[in-house]
Amino acid sequence: MQTALFIEQMLNGLQLGVMLFLMAAGLTLIFGVMGLINLAHGSLYMVGAFACAAVAGATGSFWLGLAASLAAAAAAGAVVEILVIRRLYERDHLDQVLATFALILIFSEGTRWLYGSFPLYLDIPPLLQGTVALPGGSRYQLYRLAVIGVGVTVAVGLYLLITRTRLGMRIRAGESDREMIGALGVDIRTLYTVVFALGAALAGLAGAMVGALQSVQVGMGEPALILAFVVIVIGGIGSIKGALVGAVIVGVVDTMGRFLLPQLFGLMMPPSQAGLVGGALASMLIYIVMAVVLALKPQGLFPAAKG
Amino acid sequence: MSVSRDTILGIVLLLVLLMLPYAALEAGKPFYVTLATRMAILALAAVGLNIALGLGGLVSFGHAAFFGVGGYAAGILASHAFAGQPLDFGFLSVPGTKTMPVIWLVAIAVGGLLAAAIGAISLRTSGVYFIMITLAFAQMTYYFAVSWPAYGGEDGLSITLRNGFPGVNTLVPINFFLIAWGLLAAALVLFAVLRNSRFGAALQAARQNEVRVATIGIEPYRIRLAAFALSGMVTALAGALYADLNRFVSPSMLSWHMSGELIVLAILGGVGRLAGPVAGAMLFVLFEFLLGGLTERWQFFLGLVLLGVVLFARGGVVGLIAGRPRHD
Repeated sequence: MQTALFIEQMLNGLQLGVMLFLMAAGLTLIFGVMGLINLAHGSLYMVGAFACAAVAGATGSFWLGLAASLAAAAAAGAVVEILVIRRLYERDHLDQVLATFALILIFSEGTRWLYGSFPLYLDIPPLLQGTVALPGGSRYQLYRLAVIGVGVTVAVGLYLLITRTRLGMRIRAGESDREMIGALGVDIRTLYTVVFALGAALAGLAGAMVGALQSVQVGMGEPALILAFVVIVIGGIGSIKGALVGAVIVGVVDTMGRFLLPQLFGLMMPPSQAGLVGGALASMLIYIVMAVVLALKPQGLFPAAKG
Repeated sequence: MSVSRDTILGIVLLLVLLMLPYAALEAGKPFYVTLATRMAILALAAVGLNIALGLGGLVSFGHAAFFGVGGYAAGILASHAFAGQPLDFGFLSVPGTKTMPVIWLVAIAVGGLLAAAIGAISLRTSGVYFIMITLAFAQMTYYFAVSWPAYGGEDGLSITLRNGFPGVNTLVPINFFLIAWGLLAAALVLFAVLRNSRFGAALQAARQNEVRVATIGIEPYRIRLAAFALSGMVTALAGALYADLNRFVSPSMLSWHMSGELIVLAILGGVGRLAGPVAGAMLFVLFEFLLGGLTERWQFFLGLVLLGVVLFARGGVVGLIAGRPRHD
């Protein structure tokens, strides 16, 4: 039974990891291309979740909701980029932090205004409601496996987009020399809006998929945002590969820490105390991992070409 | 040597803040004394942040950690004193206390140690890394406070009776205000002295040009670490006062939202200015009170105002009144 539980927890960790990757990929892309730190990325995640819950609630179709989440988050991202973010590229990080913090307040209160303070619930679509047998005899939720599948597909898609397409070429060029590609006739303003909307759509997709596992509520974005920060700090800011590795590390370490640490301390102390110490330590584990990574490699595991 | 407009504005704002509760008592509205106390305490926290942010250019998004730890220092010491149980560290046991100056010293010490530890790791990096890492470490203290049930966990910890100050009845709101105001004034003096000292010059020089500072033989890392620790100390002291004001401390004092608000306080007034945090805190509390009375959704409008300030009024409110700094 222990092995089955272990496999189940590993899969949960992986599922958390791919969700974090969707958040972190957008953040790191936006930082890599535009040099912008975006605290409001968590708000776009929330927008995606709310759009999915609202449309799924109205039409009864999760899939329409999922499409709506992508569209709503990308649209919100594009609007925010054109109205606000565009003015921040030339500013220092402090202004960016402050302005995007203001955006969080506006998004959070605005959403509360529209939907109230009560959480919305999103059902898992019928197609994915079953469970799958795992080696060891236990069963695992099909939906979570599907989430992992989507995350892996997006990772591959993103890789292909960036390495094989014209848009990807422009993104890479924007990362290494933004003035030069402007001089070569690429419309850099549009490129930035597209990149921002792409990152927003990924965050919205993550929000919608997580929305079916947890409740959809105001304030759901910021814990995810902070975990995504830990991910890209570990992986190296600006690196998509780093975001993927960092996300899997954070997802697995966090989940396994919560699962294993109380048991580990249980070998040394009475169970009640072990649960306490193990639980408290597990809640800090990923930050400790981050501190260790930084102590060894201050630029993260996969430092991007420019800091 | 002429006194800058910034300094004059700082003194004027301090005096206005001092007169506020007396005017409120005169007008028969004692509730406003608490409001003024809140202004003074938040201003103190922002003065602390201003040392790191304004002088050192260190954008810490994790100052809630120090603020909250100061609050918990007050809450934990008071709860032990109230229960008559000493704090047991295994190798030594320390009695709790209800005396403010002792609590302050503990808060300052704990805040300084935490800031030194967080700073030692975070200051190895810079720029966005620094922002994200300070945020992450603050979140770590938040989750620790939530998951550790001994002191209330998620529910927080009540302080049954406001802690005492020798010879002063702190239960009288105006007395507690005067204590907070006095500490704020002291912190502003400290800030002014620091800014004009050799240490402050080196710190500001490291912000403006790190390479040059290193070339003339000053190590930016150590200067910044000292400033960051000092900054944490002042903010922790404010946290202890804040816990006493509300007679309650909870993990929300440690949350990312608190860190954001502290940055807002420091920036709204004008970053790096002596008067900035005072102006910022007064405006913020006033805004919260006035708009909060009109609409539940006041944070929505706070966001809009903030966005406006960042996009169109660089230099904050003090910048508008006192003009641009001469050497920046």
